[in-house]
Amino acid sequence: MKKISNLKFEHKQKENHQIIYYMNTQSILNPVNLMPLAARVPRVTSKLNWKDKLGAVKVRLAINRYGYMVNPGLYAIGNPSRTSDVFVTSNYKLTFDVVRKNLAGFNAWILVLDTKGINVWCAAGKGTFGTVELVKRINETSLKDIVSHQKLILPQLGAVGVAAHKVKEQTGFTVTYGPVRAQDIRPYVENGYKATPTMRRVEFPWFERLKLVPVEIVLSYKYLLAALMLLIGLSGFHAGGYSLSVLSEKWVSVFANVIVAFLTGTLLAPLLLPYLPFRSFSAKGLSVGIVVTAILFAFNLLGINYLENISWVLIFTSMSSFLSMNFTGASTYTSLSGVLKEMKIGIPIQAAGAIAGLVLFTVSRFFN
Amino acid sequence: MKKLVYLKDVVTLQLDKEKCIACGMCTKVCPHEVFEITNRKAEIVNRDQCMECGACAKNCASEALSVKTGVGCAAGIIKGVLKGTEPTCSCSGSSACC
Ligand code: SF4
Ligand code: SF4
Repeated sequence: MKKISNLKFEHKQKENHQIIYYMNTQSILNPVNLMPLAARVPRVTSKLNWKDKLGAVKVRLAINRYGYMVNPGLYAIGNPSRTSDVFVTSNYKLTFDVVRKNLAGFNAWILVLDTKGINVWCAAGKGTFGTVELVKRINETSLKDIVSHQKLILPQLGAVGVAAHKVKEQTGFTVTYGPVRAQDIRPYVENGYKATPTMRRVEFPWFERLKLVPVEIVLSYKYLLAALMLLIGLSGFHAGGYSLSVLSEKWVSVFANVIVAFLTGTLLAPLLLPYLPFRSFSAKGLSVGIVVTAILFAFNLLGINYLENISWVLIFTSMSSFLSMNFTGASTYTSLSGVLKEMKIGIPIQAAGAIAGLVLFTVSRFFN
Repeated sequence: MKKLVYLKDVVTLQLDKEKCIACGMCTKVCPHEVFEITNRKAEIVNRDQCMECGACAKNCASEALSVKTGVGCAAGIIKGVLKGTEPTCSCSGSSACC
């Protein structure tokens, strides 16, 4: 039999991406199509190289966050046979990398669904990691002819998009939901393909989720810009009217305050999340906003007069309350109904607070 | 660290015990241990832990479960309102979920 390396693979290289080999299964004339099916499946290693790791860091920093993907289809890891397990995952490259890394030492198949470069959970929520795509991939890769069993192991969170009984109806394949985390694949297999309650549970790994803080900060920059422009612009007012020289004198302290308010909501609130009182994120943000303004006030860093102090309290608390609410997206335990409820109450209060704060801030300039 | 619980009594999860055949699928797919099987019926034991992901309803072959699903994400809801669509997740891609 020809060695796999002799096969003519078409390859595709995207900017900053690892080269991913895949086969052209479309063309009948392609000599590859004369090979036995299983031998045509591209092989991947379980080792991540520096490019994979650099890519992961970039994604974390929200550079090139979308479109970081591998080609959907079937991949082989190790030396799989007709009886080897089939693990299903998304084509988000970070996910694919975590899965193959955790399959080190296994002989297995990895069926990669086209989730448009999005991780399993989010893709399942959107429906791209779903029944239709799974059925399509099973058929397109002729999985039936490659493995003799009819069993697929899906990450548990894929259940949000996949209906196991429908996949069975349409393809004959039985969907088994494995552990939530790829890290648990080995213990899961060693446990006789049974997930323990811990493997099933999505904890809120609050400490681990803090790595999403940079992404949240980047995504919220528009609110920061708006607050900076408004408040620095307003700081030019003074008893005699409006002047740019007053603005150029005052802007540094205004700038510093706004940055601190922004970081209170985007960094401090998530950092202290489990230790803050209240269940709702907006109330958590509010409470930490109050504490921060109290500290600034104690060190005489807040404002220059009464009115300005009050205006800063309002601006700080509404900003940090609003921005904390955005961290619900990074949490793993908030429900749509819950977030809707807190937004319905929170946003009007935050908006009123922000407007009152801006008005007071402006008025305070005239009493300097 | 204590377990974080979100707001009380807000979720839309419904279980029709009549239809339940105690297959246990919901206990397998739920990421927050909302269900238990007692007396050959599923039981909602941790309602406030439900994050409305919809995995249980999607995989209940006897259609005993229903829940209004969506993303519990404020930024996603804002985006949905601005664009006039359903709330959509911006998906801070996390390799924590595989
Ligand atoms: S999945 Fe449906 S039928 Fe099965 S135990 Fe749960 S509620 Fe009952
Ligand atoms: S919607 Fe999700 S979190 Fe809620 S009970 Fe069903 S599976 Fe569990």
